[in-house]
Amino acid sequence: MTEEIIIAGFGGQGVLSMGKILAYAGLMEGKEVTWMPAYGPEQRGGTANVTVIVSDDPVSSPILSSYDTAIVLNQPSLEKFEPKVKPGGTLIYDSYGIPEPPKRTDIDVYRIDAMDAAAEMNLIKTFNMIVLGGLLKIHPVVGIDSVLAALRKTLPERHHHLIPKNEEAIRKGMEIIKKL
Amino acid sequence: MADQEITLMKGNEAIAHAAIRCGCDGYFGYPITPQSEVLETLAEQKPWETTGMVVLQAESEVSSINMVYGGASSGKKVMTSSSSPGVSLMQEGISYMAGAELPALIVNVMRGGPGLGTIQPSQSDYFQACKGGGHGDYHLIVLAPASVQEMADFVDLAFTLAFRYRNPAMILADGAIGQMMEKVVLPPFKPRRTEEEIIKECPWATTGRIGGRKPNIITSLELRSEEMEIINLRIQAKYREIEAKEVRYEEYMLDDADYAIVAFGSAARIAKKSIEIARSQGIKVGLLRPITLWPFPTEEVKSLAGRVNGILSLEINAGQMVEDIRLAVEGKVPVRHFGRLGGIIPDPDEVVEVLKSSF
Amino acid sequence: MTREEIIEKGQVVYKKPALLNDTPMHYCPGCSHGVVHKLVAEVIEEMGMTDKTVAISPVGCAVFAYKYIDVDWQEAAHGRAPALASAVKRLWPDRLVFTYQGDGDLACIGTAETIHALNRAENITIIFINNAIYGMTGGQMAPTTLLGMKTATCPYGREVSLHGYPLKMTEIAATLDGTCYVTRQSVHSVAAINRAKKAIRKAFEYSMQGKGSNLVEIVSTCNSGWKMSPEKANKWMEENMFEFYHLGDLKDTGAVK
Repeated sequence: MTEEIIIAGFGGQGVLSMGKILAYAGLMEGKEVTWMPAYGPEQRGGTANVTVIVSDDPVSSPILSSYDTAIVLNQPSLEKFEPKVKPGGTLIYDSYGIPEPPKRTDIDVYRIDAMDAAAEMNLIKTFNMIVLGGLLKIHPVVGIDSVLAALRKTLPERHHHLIPKNEEAIRKGMEIIKKL
Repeated sequence: MADQEITLMKGNEAIAHAAIRCGCDGYFGYPITPQSEVLETLAEQKPWETTGMVVLQAESEVSSINMVYGGASSGKKVMTSSSSPGVSLMQEGISYMAGAELPALIVNVMRGGPGLGTIQPSQSDYFQACKGGGHGDYHLIVLAPASVQEMADFVDLAFTLAFRYRNPAMILADGAIGQMMEKVVLPPFKPRRTEEEIIKECPWATTGRIGGRKPNIITSLELRSEEMEIINLRIQAKYREIEAKEVRYEEYMLDDADYAIVAFGSAARIAKKSIEIARSQGIKVGLLRPITLWPFPTEEVKSLAGRVNGILSLEINAGQMVEDIRLAVEGKVPVRHFGRLGGIIPDPDEVVEVLKSSF
Repeated sequence: MTREEIIEKGQVVYKKPALLNDTPMHYCPGCSHGVVHKLVAEVIEEMGMTDKTVAISPVGCAVFAYKYIDVDWQEAAHGRAPALASAVKRLWPDRLVFTYQGDGDLACIGTAETIHALNRAENITIIFINNAIYGMTGGQMAPTTLLGMKTATCPYGREVSLHGYPLKMTEIAATLDGTCYVTRQSVHSVAAINRAKKAIRKAFEYSMQGKGSNLVEIVSTCNSGWKMSPEKANKWMEENMFEFYHLGDLKDTGAVK
C-alpha cells in the first residue's frame, strides 16, 4: 500500500501540521512516511502545501507529479492540484474557501464543510483535524488511535488537555464528509 | 520504541541530533534558509548541559568557518552548516583547512543560485563542493545524503573519514532533504572524547604543550616553494588513497537495465520514482547513485558504459556531475543531462519523457 | 665556544625568556614586534602556562610569530584570529588563549571578528600591534594611519576626503560590554616596556579568571615602513602617534568584580 497525498491551502489553516500528524501516525504504525513541505516565506494568508506519502515500502520520490488524494482548502490550490489527481483518485475540498467547485468526473470528489463545522463547534483551531477525520473516513490510511497517539507525541504537554477536542473534531469530520 | 529512538523529523533536525549523539565537540554557524533548523535544534536541545558540546551562533559564515578552523586545529570534533551563499563565504576558510589538513564537517543544504538566488532546493554547488571551491589544489570528502536517515548517518561517517584522513568533509544536501520529514532511527549516543583521547588521537593538534612536548603549529603557510611542493605532493598522495578506498555508491535495478540514470541526493529519489514509471511502460532503466561525490565512483560509471545504451545524468542544476560521468565513460556511450533550475525540482514524469526522447 | 662558556656563572644580568627560541627573527631592526614577543613569552613563562597556551598568529608581519615563541600556535586567515580564539577557548576553557594581530588584520579586514569576539566576552586576550601601516606588504595605508601620514597607497599623505579618518579600535572596544580590560601601551622606553608587560599579564590573568575579553594595544613603530631610523621612529611616534592614540588604561572592570 502506498498513499500519495497533497494537502494545500492557506498558511495558518494548519495544512503543514495536519500533514505532520498524518505522517507521525503512519510512523507509529511502522509505515514508511515522507512529509515534504513547499517551504518558503509562507505567512498567514499565503499559500502552503505539503506532500505526505505513507507506504508499506521505502518511499522513492518525495516530490510527485500526481497524487492519489488531494485535499484542497482554497481556490488557488484547487486550480493547481485538481489536474494532478491520478485518474480514479480522490479529491477532498472545503466549499468555504472554494466558490467554484471541482469539475473532473474521472475522480472521486468529496466535500467537507469543515470550516462551518469548526465554527459551529466553536473549535476553529481544530479545523484541520476535522478535515483529517474526513480523509480517514474514506481512506483509512492510518487508524484514529494512531492519530491520537501522534497528537500526544507531537503536542507539547501543556496542550494535551486539547486532545479530546481534537478527537471530537476528527469524529465530526468522519461524520460530515460527503461524496458528490 | 524508546530504545530504538525511531522518530519523525526534518533532515536539518536529524543533522543536529546526530551531531550531539556522535560526540561532536562544537558547532559554529550562522542562520540561512533552508538550513536554519540545524542551529535552532541545537539551541533547543542545549547539548552544553548534557554532552558538553559547544554551540555558538557566529557573526557571519566567515567567522563560523574560522571558528571551525580553530576548533579543528585543537583536535576537537567540530562542524558548521550553511546553505549555498553562506558556503561561498566559507571557501577561504575551507581552503585553509584543506591546506593545514584539518578534520572537520561542513554541511551545505543547497539552494538555487547564482548570487542570492532562491531559497528553494538545488544541486548547483556540485562544482564548488567537488572541484575545489576555494583556491589551491585540494579536495573535500563529499557525501550526498538522499534521505533524512542518511542525513543522520552521514554525520558520524563524515567525522570518521575526516579524522581518518585529516581532511575536511562535506555533507552536500539540498533544501528538499533538509526540509522534509521522514522516519529516522537516531544513532546511539557516543561519548565525546576525553582530553587524553584527543591528545592520543591527534598528536598534531594545538592542545597546549601537555607533558612538555615540542610546540605544535597549525598553518597552511610555507614560503619556500620546494617545501610547498613537497606538502602538496603529500596531500595529493592522500587524495589518491581516498579515491582508492572510500568510494561509496548505491545501485538500483541496474542488472537488466538498458539505460542508466546517474543521480545523487534528492534527484536520486526522483529517479527511483521515474524508474518505476518507466519500467511500467516497458523501458528498463536503473540507477547508479554516487554517495561519495568526491571521491567520484569513476570506475563504476565507467563499467556502465559496457552495460547500457545510454546514461542520463539527472541533476537539479544546469549540468555539473555530467562532466565527471563523461570523463568516466570516455565517449563509449551517449551521456545526456537533464535538470531544472532556479529551485524547481524535476518531476518524475518529465524525467521519463526526457529518457524517452534522449536515446 | 658556547654561550654558556662565554658567560661566567653569576655574571648574567639579562637573558631572554626560555620560551623565546633562538630562531633569528625576520623583523626589521628597530621594530617593536621583537620586544612585544619577549614580553608575551615572559608572561606565559611567569604564569606557568607554557604547556597550556594556545596562541593565534595573524596575517601580517607577525604571521611567523609561531616560529619564535615555543607554545602551540594556529596561523589564522587574515583578520580571523579572534574567531579561532573564540572556538579554542570555548572548547578548551582551561587554556590560555590569545591572538597577536596587527592593525590591518584586526582593525580592517577582521573588524567584525574583533568586535564580536570582544563583545561576546570571550575569555581571551587580543594583543594589538598598531604601527599605523601595513608592514609586510611594503608600507601601505592602514585603518590606523594618521591624517597627513604618507604611505605607499597615500603617497601625498592621508586625507579625510580621500581616505576617511584613522580608526580608534581600542576606544570602540572599551565601549563594549563584553570587554574587561582595555588598555593602550607602548614599548619605546624601559618604563613603557615594564608597563606593557604588566598590562599583558593583567589581561592574561583576567582571561584565565573568566572575566571577559581583553585588548592590549601596543602603539608601535615601523621604522622601515615609516622610512626612518629606529631612533627617529621612536621620537616620531612619541610626537605624533601618542597625540592621537593616548596611552593608558581605557577600561578595567576586572579588579572590582
